[in-house]
Amino acid sequence: MSLATLLVLADGRFPAGGHAHSGGAEAACKAGRIHDAATLADFCRGRLHTAGVTAAALAAAAALGLDPVELDAAADARTPSPALRAAARRLGRQLMRAARATWPDPGLDALAAAFPRGAHQPVVLGTAARAAGLGALDAAHVAAYESVSGPATATVRLLGLDPFEASGVLARLAPELDGVAAGAAEAALLARTEGPDALPAPSSPLLEIAAQVHADWPVRLFAS
Amino acid sequence: MHLDHDVTYPQRHTHSADPHRADGTRRALRIGLGGPVGSGKTATVAALCRALRAELSMAVVTNDIYTREDAEFLLREAVLPPERISAVETGACPHTAIRDDISANLEAVEELEDSVGPLDLILVESGGDNLTATFSRGLVDAQIFVIDVAGGDDIPRKGGPGVTTADLLVVNKTDLAPHVGSDLERMARDAAAQRGELPVAFQSLRGGEGVAPVAAWVRERIAAWVVR
Repeated sequence: MSLATLLVLADGRFPAGGHAHSGGAEAACKAGRIHDAATLADFCRGRLHTAGVTAAALAAAAALGLDPVELDAAADARTPSPALRAAARRLGRQLMRAARATWPDPGLDALAAAFPRGAHQPVVLGTAARAAGLGALDAAHVAAYESVSGPATATVRLLGLDPFEASGVLARLAPELDGVAAGAAEAALLARTEGPDALPAPSSPLLEIAAQVHADWPVRLFAS
Repeated sequence: MHLDHDVTYPQRHTHSADPHRADGTRRALRIGLGGPVGSGKTATVAALCRALRAELSMAVVTNDIYTREDAEFLLREAVLPPERISAVETGACPHTAIRDDISANLEAVEELEDSVGPLDLILVESGGDNLTATFSRGLVDAQIFVIDVAGGDDIPRKGGPGVTTADLLVVNKTDLAPHVGSDLERMARDAAAQRGELPVAFQSLRGGEGVAPVAAWVRERIAAWVVR
């Protein structure tokens, strides 16, 4: 694997549509659950150990080469909220466009053909990582990092939070991110023999419910 | 690093300079409209739809900053059937969605071509932004920058990427010039100094020729696109 390739894929400026999504931070800010750096850290930790774990394991499994159609069904099963399913597929489709242009690959072409309206983003992410020559642990790292970097940058825009504080929150989460990524890669290995049911499935009911409410707001800054 | 594989892929997937769609058919001409908040981008889009919809198959993508206001204005004014108007959400960064990460906008234009195509023209309206906001060439084939006389007659002199490089600069609300003390001749002089040969259209949607000069410019672009 190439560290530099990993940086290209993980770069927040990789043009895959993530900038328009807050990962639930907009709803949490409005509800007062995020109001400073400490509460942002709490939110990110919660998201990392629920949605982040699930996404990282799906991405790792896709990077290992497990059947992406089965993984997409597994992602649906782990995403109760229709609004979050729609957001994940939209982001998956946008990532697919960027990944196919960046790392042309038959695996990406096949996944795009199977899901013309978009597969779940973590499944596309893992397939893109594989196309870029990256491994399961790399894909898990990117998915885990995205699960917290999106809310952190969104909170800077939503609350005018000091951007240095937001970066500090992410930096202090780094050891936990490494742990989540390692666990996801192990789960992916297990799923290779036991199937996608072996992948972890923690979820956050509050994130799911808040996403449904947020989708009905007439005025909002972020798409999710 | 697998930058590229040995096999040659028939196409990239950004469709930037490629005038064809994935299925080989010719895609619509895409024109972007950018400019500061309140300069009259949406009103110009509405007027262009009314002027051109009888002769061209059209659709509009709006990029609102935090609401669906612009899309809803166009729907309310019934300038096009609702299925021909699509709104993109921009996460508080309208310039990102039209320049740095165009994926959501490309998706919107492709969806419109799939659902109501074939189309001749898609207008992509940016959310109101600052004078540096320009469209990616991967998203649009030509761009119009809309400013207005009430925003200050020194804007053409100040320049910036939008004023300087847009394929057409529209100076809107000329009917207000006497009321806000804006000097149209000075604006024309400054714009010419900044833009060289690139055209400038002075426009009032409240009388006179209305959107006709801008519509004529769009027709020229369509004619050039068809033979390209």
